[in-house]
Amino acid sequence: MSDMFAEVDVLVIGGGTAGPMAAVKAKEKNPALKVMLLEKANVKRSGAISMGMDGLNNAVIPGHATPEQYVKEITVANDGIVNQKTVMAYAQESFNMINQLDRWGVKFEKDETGDYAVKKVHHIGTYVLPMPEGHHMKKVLYRQLKKARVEITNRYMATRLLLDANGAIAGAMVLDTREGTFGVIRAKSVILCTGAAGRLGLPSSGYLFGTYENPTNAGDGYALAYHAGAELSGIECYQINPLIKDYNGPSCAYVTGPFGGYTANSKGERFIECDYWSGQMMMEFYKELEGGNGPVFLKMDHLAEETIGTIEHILHSNERPSRGRFHEGRHLDYRQGMVEMHISEIGLCSGHSASGVWVDEHAATTVPGLYAAGDLACVPHNYMLGAFVYGQFAGQSAAEYAMSHELPAVDDVQVEAERKRVLAPLSVVDGLPPAQVEYKLRRFVNDYLQPPKVTKKMEIGLDRFAEIRADLDSMSAANPHELMRAMEVHFILDCAEMAAHASLYRTESRWGLYHYRVEHPEKDDADWFCHAQLKKNEAGEMTCFKRPIEPYIVELDDEEKDAYNRLRVVKQAEAA
Amino acid sequence: MPMTLNRVSVPVTVDEDACIADKGCTVCVESCPLDLLAIDLLKKKAFMKFDECWYCLPCEKDCPTQAIRVDIPYLLR
Ligand SMILES: Cc1cc2nc3c(=O)[nH]c(=O)nc-3n(C[C@H](O)[C@H](O)[C@H](O)COP(=O)(O)OP(=O)(O)OC[C@H]3O[C@@H](n4cnc5c(N)ncnc54)[C@H](O)[C@@H]3O)c2cc1C
Ligand code: SF4
Ligand code: SF4
Repeated sequence: MSDMFAEVDVLVIGGGTAGPMAAVKAKEKNPALKVMLLEKANVKRSGAISMGMDGLNNAVIPGHATPEQYVKEITVANDGIVNQKTVMAYAQESFNMINQLDRWGVKFEKDETGDYAVKKVHHIGTYVLPMPEGHHMKKVLYRQLKKARVEITNRYMATRLLLDANGAIAGAMVLDTREGTFGVIRAKSVILCTGAAGRLGLPSSGYLFGTYENPTNAGDGYALAYHAGAELSGIECYQINPLIKDYNGPSCAYVTGPFGGYTANSKGERFIECDYWSGQMMMEFYKELEGGNGPVFLKMDHLAEETIGTIEHILHSNERPSRGRFHEGRHLDYRQGMVEMHISEIGLCSGHSASGVWVDEHAATTVPGLYAAGDLACVPHNYMLGAFVYGQFAGQSAAEYAMSHELPAVDDVQVEAERKRVLAPLSVVDGLPPAQVEYKLRRFVNDYLQPPKVTKKMEIGLDRFAEIRADLDSMSAANPHELMRAMEVHFILDCAEMAAHASLYRTESRWGLYHYRVEHPEKDDADWFCHAQLKKNEAGEMTCFKRPIEPYIVELDDEEKDAYNRLRVVKQAEAA
Repeated sequence: MPMTLNRVSVPVTVDEDACIADKGCTVCVESCPLDLLAIDLLKKKAFMKFDECWYCLPCEKDCPTQAIRVDIPYLLR
């Protein structure tokens, strides 16, 4: 098989949620541009929304919320560490995007008068817009891709970005996951839309692919950006979610909350004021789980029959439709019992928390010609609608960049080094199976990186990771599929080291459970009211540094600042 | 290094009477985001080749003859 070789203007890597939007918007900006969408799976069924979605978690709709309110909510939910400009840019475009999706045929819940039926889940504002018929999301996107004449390349995986002599983007190097061959795609600009680092921690079931995130997202984009010299941010602000015990779907309080379901302890009592996922909420969840009133449950057995029927219809048909099968196997009926819950493995995901590749309000990273959108781009709590909005920004920005730049020359040294690295496992005979290396690596992630974070443990973790790095050369791949998994192990290892370094660097606690450091239990605004950045320095080492927070464009009063620190329900007797 | 083959039960079952891979169908193979399904070249039927399932169900939903059944993987069932 000969190498794949292509030349395009804009290359979009990852065709899940943000990627298709970015590709369509780049084409809309200039239909003459050659735009390629590269996808590890098949764009028809790839990414976090492969089966659709239950709803929009962060819709900013006039009459229900203002962009200013939303910026405040996210600033507080993310404990002050936000570049408000990026959140504001999202919030101002949120409503336009909803209307566009509505025109494209996405079905949102509406009331009798035809207005969007927004529900309250967050602590302060009202932003959740259900999509009870949300399973057709990928079809809607696919239609737009075809209409815009985006070139789709399925079953290829990017393994490294290609740089020119000045460190600007020159394209990407790729693996054909079905043939096991190497390829080069030259591009004037590149957009990373590869989703979360979802295969970082190991689910407590021990099943490698039973992760919360779609496990195709192994943290590829985090590693691609890192090796290209881009700045990453907030890596220590892990993603940890409340999930059904053993099953990897949310229960889900966003769906059930508006119907009267809530998170409860083993006595059936409410213990948190608000079910919106934040580090502060996860901390209370963790305390209850580990305390005498644990474990934690989702309670719905007090609801009326037709309400439960509606909840079941949504939860068992969209997003994670195998949920019903799981409950069936455990003989659980929402009418008769509470759903046992647990906390997920750790991951990196700005869609849910804040760890990602640093971007400005135009989706530009710190590498010229490189843009990022979706779960891997650092715009806190951005979720699906944020992926669409930043996909749009990235598509437009990358198109503009491509229009004013020539195709950079290809550096053969980079290409040859990467070809060697990527194809190496094919020529190792009887080497370590990638699955075993991955299992061990991710078990160490659990043992040493999971909060509560302990300094010594994280240091030992780094030693173990270094040993695994030495094992990478001994991995063998028996077929192209295993070669893809072997390359993913490289990405996961990069992400594990980033998670350890970033967590050690920030010597305070912040974001509740996400960054709870046992030796530094307090929040330290004097030293740490700043972004913690991470990048590869000239010597090729992982380094961390501070980036000051841009002056807020929306000020918060003290009461608001503290809102997410008062999530625990105060019992009447104690309050009196 | 020495190797062994461990048996594992996989979550995807294909009803071979219903599967029309012998007529050229590869829908499930294309749908699976993790690329876990393949066509057995001798039997000309789809099967689960790798135990790396997200139990997300596109394979089952997209199959034109309802030949696929996805169970929750045994470890978390
Ligand atoms: C179970 C679950 C439930 C959720 N529920 C909600 C909800 O109700 N509401 C809400 O607003 N948000 C929800 N979210 C979050 C939302 O789905 C995500 O924030 C959003 O879809 C992320 O989009 P993305 O484009 O960044 O990633 P994805 O849509 O996951 O796309 C990433 C794509 O990149 C591809 N890829 C990865 N690596 C490579 C590579 N090296 N080369 C080529 N391609 C690659 C993958 O195959 C994938 O298709 C949920 C997420 C999950 C996992
Ligand atoms: S989609 Fe169904 S019919 Fe087609 S190959 Fe797969 S199992 Fe067989
Ligand atoms: S359930 Fe999902 S991951 Fe499993 S085989 Fe089907 S499509 Fe693939």
